[in-house]
Amino acid sequence: MTAMQHVSLGAHYAVHLPAPDDFAVWRDRARGLVQCDVPPDRVSWVEPGGTGDLFAAEGPSRSEKRLPVPPADAPPVRASKRFLELARHAALHSDPARFGLLYRVLWRLQRNPGLMEDKADPEVRRIEELAKSVRRDAHKMHAFVRFREVEEEDGTPHFVAWFEPDHHIVRAEAAFFMRRFANMRWSILTPRGSIHWDGETMREGPPARRSDAPGGDPVEDLWRSYYASIFNPARLKVGAMLSEMPKKYWKNLPEAALIPQLIAGAQAREARMVASGSLDMGERPSTLEGVGTAIHACRNCPIGELDNRAVMGEGPLGAPLMIVGEQPGDQEDRTGRPFVGPAGQLLDDYLSRAGIDRSAAYVTNAVKHFKFVWKGKHRLHQSPGAKEIDTCRWWLEAERTIVKPRLVLALGASAARGLLGKTVSITRVRGSPTALDDGTELWVTAHPSYLLRLEGEAREEQARLFAADLAAVRERLAELAG
Amino acid sequence: MPQQTLRQKLEILADAAKYDASCASSGTAKKNSLGGKGVGSTEGMGICHAYAPDGRCISLLKILLTNHCIFDCHYCINRKSSNVARARFTPQEVVDLTLSFYRRNYIEGLFLSSGIVKSANHTMEQLVEVARILREEHDFRGYIHLKTIPEADAEIIHEAGLYADRVSINVELPTDTGLTRLAPDKNARQIEGAMGRTKERILTAKDERKRFRHAPRFAPAGQSTQMIVGADDANDAAIIGKASRLYDNFGLRRVYYSAFSPIPDASAVLPLKRPPLLREHRLYQSDWLMRFYGFAPQEVADAAGADGNLPLDIDPKLAWALKFRESFPVDVNRAPRELLLRVPGLGTKAVARILASRRHRRLRLDDVARLTASLAKVRPFICTVDWRPTFLTDRADLRGLLTPKSEQLELF
Repeated sequence: MTAMQHVSLGAHYAVHLPAPDDFAVWRDRARGLVQCDVPPDRVSWVEPGGTGDLFAAEGPSRSEKRLPVPPADAPPVRASKRFLELARHAALHSDPARFGLLYRVLWRLQRNPGLMEDKADPEVRRIEELAKSVRRDAHKMHAFVRFREVEEEDGTPHFVAWFEPDHHIVRAEAAFFMRRFANMRWSILTPRGSIHWDGETMREGPPARRSDAPGGDPVEDLWRSYYASIFNPARLKVGAMLSEMPKKYWKNLPEAALIPQLIAGAQAREARMVASGSLDMGERPSTLEGVGTAIHACRNCPIGELDNRAVMGEGPLGAPLMIVGEQPGDQEDRTGRPFVGPAGQLLDDYLSRAGIDRSAAYVTNAVKHFKFVWKGKHRLHQSPGAKEIDTCRWWLEAERTIVKPRLVLALGASAARGLLGKTVSITRVRGSPTALDDGTELWVTAHPSYLLRLEGEAREEQARLFAADLAAVRERLAELAG
Repeated sequence: MPQQTLRQKLEILADAAKYDASCASSGTAKKNSLGGKGVGSTEGMGICHAYAPDGRCISLLKILLTNHCIFDCHYCINRKSSNVARARFTPQEVVDLTLSFYRRNYIEGLFLSSGIVKSANHTMEQLVEVARILREEHDFRGYIHLKTIPEADAEIIHEAGLYADRVSINVELPTDTGLTRLAPDKNARQIEGAMGRTKERILTAKDERKRFRHAPRFAPAGQSTQMIVGADDANDAAIIGKASRLYDNFGLRRVYYSAFSPIPDASAVLPLKRPPLLREHRLYQSDWLMRFYGFAPQEVADAAGADGNLPLDIDPKLAWALKFRESFPVDVNRAPRELLLRVPGLGTKAVARILASRRHRRLRLDDVARLTASLAKVRPFICTVDWRPTFLTDRADLRGLLTPKSEQLELF
């Protein structure tokens, strides 16, 4: 005897679900109806406040019948694991047609147990879509619930949130918040119902209004500060933000109020970041004269603002040797020529003793302006800072690109930094070449002014080392000229 | 200088952290606060609690403990010679901020990094101290990501891994020459040495966990790294090669790419222009091709142009397909998974759906349309029962047909 014989073919049934998210009741009723062989177009599914399945063949008014009771020997109803998994989620969707759809697929599953594998089937696809948007809604609830702290009468903190889900997910997601905030008292209020956790038990409440939730929390100010600061205005990508945080959620996110002003200010903020930082120096001059003119106008670091002039390097184009000092001193600044003061004279002395012709070399400085402080009537030399050297590197590199020396001799740590972009220890690098970016050999030795400050044995020792470095450079130059 | 307020410090130290690309809070051991004293849970999948207008997700409170630094790396806003405003949190302040944000459901946890103060060891100890207070004194069970400092002693880094879900060490730049030039205080061997030790510890901890249920976990979400793109002249092929070696050698979970962005007070050594953000996106796409689509690093590099860079106007998978047209069309009713994954426009999910469906029916073009996001993208590369792209893959203008037509408009 089959179930078919028990049912009059024309009967319509309406199933009234006690709650819009009651999957268990739907499952129970659907199982019974399948066992009684009631085809999908004979069933309407009605949720509280609803008018039933809009797509049912007949309106629910004609179908107020008691549901049939399956016979004792009715065959069991089968559904794949995949169906159950998806149906559980899809049932929470707000689409009024969802229960009818689920029943149709359950019905078809009895004849075609592999149906759920057929992803191209429009009904299977629809269930997957419903389940997907429910999962997304749940995920957004996990993300966008924002608790505000209020103090209870007994002094304990209570965290209350207002959230507007698209689907009937509130009860299903309560457990997530319980696991995460197990030791807090909290409530989540929504237009579809509310849930409350007191640290021990979960309680369900009626639908709420936004005004039932607290209006603010002092920590929100800190949070907004964080939100505004972690945003990088150089990377404005509003579309990417909107696809993950659609505008419908904004009204309940305290930080979202900042978005319009952050976007509006972004380009200005980026421009400021660039302007204050990587100075837009435009194209590098391609001639030494061009560099000479440009450095006079350069105010990229504070040294340029002092009462001084820029001192350009001097020497022939294509000089095989480029000698780099630290910065012009008082006399260089007055005469506008590099290495003419006491240190320059000492350098000339050592160069000629080493057999290096200064007039064949290009002599310049890592920093183009004289840095000093006034001491009475005198200008007292001050060493340039790392940042100033790095800024001026732009000009030094321009000179090096134009002169194209085979070997660069840096006098002192500042000069070495101007060429390498980092600080090196002279004792460690002197005596052998270091390769610059383009392969040019860099030799580093002490600055002659260092010798001027020493006396006695220490000076003799340093003088010997300095002379040895220059001798090595001369030999290397001869090899390179080879 | 007047005392900074907590809010001012937060502004400075979040601003200083905004160049860091990594954000993930997923893939760690499951935890919840039931039966504990504190708050927090991690359930495998991380949650993005907000999105900034730069399109990036905000999942963790990402801040620096301090932006004072004794190092002088050119690409870094916090380098010694930079003129930025400086601030410094106490470990307790970071703990309090993390907990008050977490309790309000703003974040999944903490991502803590720091400028180097006094010494690498001192700084690393401070970072670990924050994690220790959170875990031990507050029984915090949310996500913690600690940036580790390769110059610090192995033992302190080890301690970090015992408290953190994930640890990361930045490789900073794709090439050793770039590192030497732009991060003079850093050393490639040291960075890779620290990564290697972390990998060993992760493996050992996993192994111990199999034998003893209560063996301590060590960075259950693994280790990751970040590379700056566009600050030196390394091309995409070099970057992809570096990333793939890092994945292979150190079992990294993720390699993050951070397009070098103009920073206030930048060093003169750096390029003045930022690289296009799209370049970063293309690198992430190529990363996915290797991790989920079975592409070998060399194949991704083959998709690059003569200059070694991936095209910016089309994604790397399409670039590869256009270069190797002889591999197409692919018959969706017969081709194995590996070949379907090569079809531009077919993602892993669409491929899974096709494989499942074709056991039930011979797929027609409208079936494929239901299973994929965009049929137009896929059509030139597939055949179905009722469709065959006659010589379309030979058309010289195919690239033009598939390239997005309009430039994205400026928003304001």
